[in-house]
Amino acid sequence: MIASRDQRPETARPMIECNEIQKYYGDYHALRGIDLVIREGEFFSLLGPSGCGKTTLLRTIAGFEGISSGAVLIDGKHMENVPANSRPTNMVFQSYAIFPHLTVAQNVAFGLRRDPRGKSEKAALVEEALAMVGLRGYGGRAAHALSGGQRQRVALARALILKPKVLLLDEPLSALDRKMREQMQVELIKLQRQVGITFVLVTHDQEEALVMSDRIAVMFDGEIAQLDEPETLYARPKDRRVADFIGVMNFLPAQITREADGIVSVDVPGLGPVELPESQVSRANPDDSGPVLGFRPETMTLLTPGQSSQHARETDVVIDEVVYYGDMTYYDLRLEGTQHTVRISMRNVFGRDVQSVGTKARVAWSPGSLVLFR
Amino acid sequence: MSGRSNGLRAYALLYLLFLYAPILLLPLFAFNSGTIIAFPLQGFTTDWFTQMWGNPTLRRALSNSLIIAVSASVMATCLGVFAARATTRFTFPGKGGIMGFIMLPMVLPEIIVAMSLLVVLLGLGIELSILTVILGHTLICMPYGIAILSTAFSSLDRSLEEAAYDLGETKWGAFRLITLPLVMPGIISSLLISFTISLDEFIIAFFLAGTEPTLPTYIFSQLRFPKQIPSIMALGTVLVALSILLLGIGEYFRRRGIARMGGKNGGGFL
Repeated sequence: MIASRDQRPETARPMIECNEIQKYYGDYHALRGIDLVIREGEFFSLLGPSGCGKTTLLRTIAGFEGISSGAVLIDGKHMENVPANSRPTNMVFQSYAIFPHLTVAQNVAFGLRRDPRGKSEKAALVEEALAMVGLRGYGGRAAHALSGGQRQRVALARALILKPKVLLLDEPLSALDRKMREQMQVELIKLQRQVGITFVLVTHDQEEALVMSDRIAVMFDGEIAQLDEPETLYARPKDRRVADFIGVMNFLPAQITREADGIVSVDVPGLGPVELPESQVSRANPDDSGPVLGFRPETMTLLTPGQSSQHARETDVVIDEVVYYGDMTYYDLRLEGTQHTVRISMRNVFGRDVQSVGTKARVAWSPGSLVLFR
Repeated sequence: MSGRSNGLRAYALLYLLFLYAPILLLPLFAFNSGTIIAFPLQGFTTDWFTQMWGNPTLRRALSNSLIIAVSASVMATCLGVFAARATTRFTFPGKGGIMGFIMLPMVLPEIIVAMSLLVVLLGLGIELSILTVILGHTLICMPYGIAILSTAFSSLDRSLEEAAYDLGETKWGAFRLITLPLVMPGIISSLLISFTISLDEFIIAFFLAGTEPTLPTYIFSQLRFPKQIPSIMALGTVLVALSILLLGIGEYFRRRGIARMGGKNGGGFL
């Protein structure tokens, strides 16, 4: 992962402020009180399933959608009466919206039409912008003859040439194939660090958000469920929807036996009694029948026979299923004495054999990697 | 196998012959020096064209028809652009009903449209002239224009205009610089179709033109006089040539439009 996070101090100036934004489409409540501060120079992501309001929020920041109440401030200025074409934001559209009847250079230069600078100066700016996205010398090409990845780059150059304070990206990578997408993720991060502009990305792909963002706001049903750095979001989801949405998480029913001094004691069938501090307790879903204990697949280690562990706890299991992925192996394990199955992942390092279905084994884990949803 | 494909070939040939042979007869007799429309052909002459051009009523009919066709096609296309953009970009109450009523003249018998328009115009005390024909033709051309333009507008990614707006253009600028060039092939198609429909429209012109002749009404009135028929043939020849020219222009713009967008030519005119 790219370690760009600690470069941005918490004290960085707010670039975008959303205050209590409400948005209705007729009876439909699309945004329910969005409160949000995006800092200058931050790579910020709005993550959520389709229909959660993330694109609507991005479009309100861009000025394409009005808001029913609340306020949007960009760089400290109220945006209420500022139309999209006068805001210090530019957008990369999901479809890229490359003008098909223009050349690459004409596309990139489009935003400079009202710029008083001379022709040769503008041409130099265009060439510079194209070089920045790795398309040096492509200016004369017809826009419709470009590949998906190249269109994306043209869209980036076209937006960045105007030196906006904020670049808004609406699912920019969803139309690319996997390899291209992973390559563009890294390029986008580099590009963002190079230009230092605040990036706001909308995506439904949790992996993409984790890879690229300094901070992520996870949205459900028009609300922000959690706003945190990727590591926190992954390790300490504040509620079960977030835990479900980001990565894979195992869930086991739990019974609370004691609560005192900020410590919650639970009994989990198969794992035994566990004590958890308040920081590891999150909100359950309303439809959960009781408290649920969650953990990530990689936080449990399958021990080879005779191996001792550095972890605090060990549990007996039976291997139900083995899924081999090359670099990884996934094991579905039934906890001894229960009908509960959990999935764990093991990295296939040299010297560690893949264990076979039906055998008894032990897993090691530590209570520090558990989250209780109640 | 080959017998069957031969049969189909013969069928196709006969079909095309039936369709186009009568049209080929037009220039044949237009250049024939005999006054009777019958084989064998006599000699070659261009007299009928001279005679046609020397006929002031015919020239008046031609200029009337051109004025009507140009005005009606421009008006129908402009209104069509508004309607097509509105229906493809926005949702509004009663949209389906409104569009249904706009498209209705396409399937309504023209005689009904012509009669009801005549009643209304006379009732309002408006004098019949080529202006009233222009209005009537705009009404019947508009559905065709909208049908063509809706296709052009709906195949357009709506974020294109938003992107132009986002890049600092005004709403009008975004429309003029992005949308308009991209739907231009549709606009040209609409103009040509409307022009053709208006040029050969008879019933509305007959009802609403008052004393002014248009080409179809003039031709119809002259068919009673056998002496006039060769010069009518000459006129027909000119009209056929004009149609081919217009279709050629339309096709050229259509192909250029497709090529500029990077699409593939699916064949077919307009």
